[in-house]
Formats: sequence, C-alpha cells, structure tokens
Amino acid sequence: MFATLDQIFVLFKQWLVGLLPAGLQPVAGVLLCVVVIIGLFPGLFALTVLLERKGLARIQNRIGPNRAGPFGLLQPIADAIKSLTKEDIVPLSADGTVHFLAPLVLVVAVFMGFAVLPMGRNMVLVDMDASLLFFFAVGASTELSVFMAGWSSRNKYSLLGAMRAVAQMISYEVPLLMSSVAVVMMTGSLSLVKIVEAQNHYTWGLPHWYIFTPWGFAGFVMFAIAATAETNRSPFDLPEGESELVAGYFTEYSGFKFALFFLGEYLGMFSISGLGTTLFLGGWSAPFAFLGWVPSWIWFFGKLMLSICVFIWVRGTLPRLRQDQLMNFAWKFVLPMTLLNLFVAGLWRFLGDGWQRWVVCSAILVLAYVIVGRVEMRRQHVGPRSYRYAE
Amino acid sequence: MLGEGILKGLAETAKNFAGSFVSAERLTTVEYPEQRIAPIEATRVFPFLVYDGPEWEAGLRCVACQICEKECPPKCIYIEKSKDKKPDAVGKQQFYPAKFDIDVSVCMSCQICVEVCPFEAIKMDTEFELSTDDRFGGLLHDRKQLAKSNEYYHHIHPTEAAEVDARLAEEKAKAEAKAKAAAAAPKPAVPAAKPAAKPVEGEA
Repeated sequence: MFATLDQIFVLFKQWLVGLLPAGLQPVAGVLLCVVVIIGLFPGLFALTVLLERKGLARIQNRIGPNRAGPFGLLQPIADAIKSLTKEDIVPLSADGTVHFLAPLVLVVAVFMGFAVLPMGRNMVLVDMDASLLFFFAVGASTELSVFMAGWSSRNKYSLLGAMRAVAQMISYEVPLLMSSVAVVMMTGSLSLVKIVEAQNHYTWGLPHWYIFTPWGFAGFVMFAIAATAETNRSPFDLPEGESELVAGYFTEYSGFKFALFFLGEYLGMFSISGLGTTLFLGGWSAPFAFLGWVPSWIWFFGKLMLSICVFIWVRGTLPRLRQDQLMNFAWKFVLPMTLLNLFVAGLWRFLGDGWQRWVVCSAILVLAYVIVGRVEMRRQHVGPRSYRYAE
Repeated sequence: MLGEGILKGLAETAKNFAGSFVSAERLTTVEYPEQRIAPIEATRVFPFLVYDGPEWEAGLRCVACQICEKECPPKCIYIEKSKDKKPDAVGKQQFYPAKFDIDVSVCMSCQICVEVCPFEAIKMDTEFELSTDDRFGGLLHDRKQLAKSNEYYHHIHPTEAAEVDARLAEEKAKAEAKAKAAAAAPKPAVPAAKPAAKPVEGEA
C-alpha cells in the first residue's frame, strides 16, 4: 500500500502512457513529465510568493496581504491577473529582440535544471551519468539572460544591475561548484540519483546524509551561501538593489515579461534548493529509518519548502551587502574554505572508519573557520582619506 | 566570532515572527478602514471656519479681513469681501466673506492661517478623509463646506476651544465695559469702535 503511494505518480504515468501505441510511448512519457514540471513549479512559485509576503510581514510585526480571499489566499491570482493585463512597455531605444528574449532564456534555462533533479524514488525526468555537470552548465546560462536584459534595456540602472549580477554570479559559481565537488568525491559519481542513493542508508535509525559529517556540514553552509548569492536573494540582492538601482536588470521590464523574470528568480531558488537537498540533505530519503514508509516525494518537497523558508527567514533578517564586501566574502572567505573542505573530504575518506576522523576533520574545519574569519574578514578601519600629492 | 551577529539577528526575527501570533505588542498593525485609532487632541489636518449659534451663515466669525489669505504660504485660500455689512458675534457691523474657498490639494496643514487670525474664526479640523473622485471641483471647499459650529470645535479640540471661548468672553466683557464707560462719559467723541476688533495675539 505505502509502496504504491510512494510510486503513485510513476504508476499513473505508466498507465497513461500505456494507452498510447508503443512507438509514441517514450516521447509521450517525457512530454508528460515536462508538462507536470512546468505546471507544478509555477504553482509552487505562487504559493511561495504568498508565503514570503506573509512571513516577511510577520517578521516585521505586520499582518501581510489579507484582503484577497480568506487570509489573502487569492493574492497570487490577483497578482497574476494584474501582471498579465498590464501594458508591456519596451523602451524606444532598447534592442527589441534581445529585450524580448532575455526573460525567455532565463525561464527556459532554469526549467531545464529540474530535468535532472530526483524528486522521489524513480522520479527523475532524465537519469544522466553527469547530471550534476548538466545542472551547473544549464544554471550558468542564467547569467547570460541577466546580462541580455541589462544590456538590451539601454538604461543605466539596468546595465549597472546586470554588471553587478554577472560579477556576483560568476564569483559565487566557483564556491558553489567547489562545495559540491566534495560530494562528488565521496560518492564517486556525478549522477544525482546515485548521490541520493549513497545517502539513503541508516545506522541506528539515523540517516547517512552528508550534512551529518564535518566536511558535509561545512560544504552545506558554503553551498547555502553561494546558492543565496547565485539566486540573487537577500543579503546578496545587489543586482536588483531597489534602494540604489530601481530594480536592477529588470528596471525596464513590465507586465508579463517582469512576471517571467520574477518567476525565473523563484524557479532558480527552487532548483538550487532542490540541488542542495539532493547533495547534502539526502534528497528524497526519510530523516529516520522508521519514517521510511512515508512517500519519498513528500520528503523531497518538504525539504525543498523548508529551505525556501530559511531563504525567507534570512531575507527578513539581513541587510544588503556592499559590492566590495560581497567580493571580499566570496574570494577571501568562501573560496578558501571550500578548497580546504575538498582536502578535508579527502582526509575523511582515507582516515578509516574510526572516531579519529571525526575529531581531526572537525578540528581542521573549526580552526580554519576561526582563523580565516579572524584574518580575512576582520573589520577594515577606514580613517580619514589621505592624499599623496595634494598635501 | 564570524557569524555570531547573523545568528543573533536570526533569533531576533524568529522571535518577532513567533511573537506576532501571540502578543499584540509584536503585531502593531491597525486595519484602517475597519479599525481606527481615535485622533489625538493636537491633530490638525485642514482648516475650517467656526460659527456661533445655530445659523452658519449668520454666525460666521470671519470678517473677511484677508489676513490668512495673504499669509498662507502655498496660497490656497481665496476670499471675496462682501459689499454690505452685517452684525458679528459681538453685535458690531462687519464685513463678511462673500466667498471663502480653500483648496485641499494645495493646503499643507501648516496652521499659519489659524495663528494669524485675529477673530478666532479659522481653526484646524481633524477630519482627514478628504479624498474625492472629482479632482477639480471636489477639492475646492467653499465656505458652506468649511463652516462648522463652535460645538464641533469643542468636540474635537476641547482644551483649545475652552481657552478660545474664555478669551472671547473676556474681550466681550471688556468691550461692553468700555462701551458703558463711553456712554457714561460726557464726551461722545470716542465711539466704541476700537475694542471689538482689537487683534488678539495668534495662538492655538
């Protein structure tokens, strides 16, 4: 019974596809999955926007949207109607084609990332051998769309926002990759399905998720920081910093194109949360062995929503960084720590199964955290400005 | 240590989030059209004209001296003096405003008109829901819309209105005393012209 429930979507798809002639079945199967993904995540997006507005409001001692429908539940629908019926304005001096393509490129690139995420047992659209590589390759093309948007708008705010975005996303792409490489090293595979399966073991009822190892925990923290920057979320939301850049690279977008950018941003958040869940939080596996009967897709989406809530919480807490702080943080703190983490992961692998590796690896990481944090992130005292020649 | 402040901040926001469901102190929103906060006594939004007695047109304290019109910084008051005269509250013959309009969209609620008025005729109202869908006529309030009774003034600004009433009564008594003295005096050369219109130092 529970096994059926676990596989209910897979079985339903098989039944539905089985109604078609044999020649069409592979294509129909893929198309069906694509339609489900394209329908499911925008739905989740609508829910998340409401959740975010309500959550942020509560953090700021407000109530949040509560006028459209009971408890404001119809707010996403109202927002959708509004953005769909708004006038679509393209600036006269903008590059029309690129301006039109930018939001499409973003959404398409982000949607492609979902193709390789295992959302439950046997629930993955394409089980590639190098799916992690595919995910990062596709994810990197969002930078292109951001720059397309900023460049084609021919607006100083857009261009500044796009430049910031590209600088930021490229800087944080490195630690993002590096922190996941540790997982690949331990699993010995780039396949996300295999990575989840490697974590789906239990000792005394507790799971072998990578976050419960010293290198996994450090890697997860670094991954979370890089992911926040990669999705342009607060406190790394410099590209759209509304207080200085109006809306950054989508300043000149209105109506449905703006909605697409908004959608792309949230979808990026979902996909990167899904990847983090897969790499460090055991993907669709249950947190305790005795909860193994709960359908695997519930665990995946539960963990996904939990990480979204953390994103919202962080957004409600931290102010925006300055550009130099952002860059310093990426290159002076996150990158050295991820590199060290690779070394620690190797050490963990070759120190055997005893308790020694826990002590050694934790000690190295904590020590490095304290030292790098002290040395590299110390507050720079900026005194009065001194002039070399003018005085 | 690095990250300590972030954890503290996260704890603080979590406290606010959870607290907003249980304590009114952490959820300070007042849902305006349904819930309202009573305005505090010193609230001032837009001027109105005070009248005494039951009849608004007869009881207007304004004598169309046009001081407020001249002093108004954004120039939102438009007054036309009457041709004829009629008795004011004290019984003296005075001009009255044939037209007295104030433009809501221009007024900046500075209260200078109130401070310069020698006759306690213009005061600040607490009514703030002045929006209208007629942006040309609807925002220009004429003297009928502006006229509000002294009782209303007492209702919205009790302390201030009591002070104003005391001052007016005192002046009236003084004027009557002077008139009586003038009537008793042998010389009828000085009529009781001055005292009734004597400017009072503006204060509200």
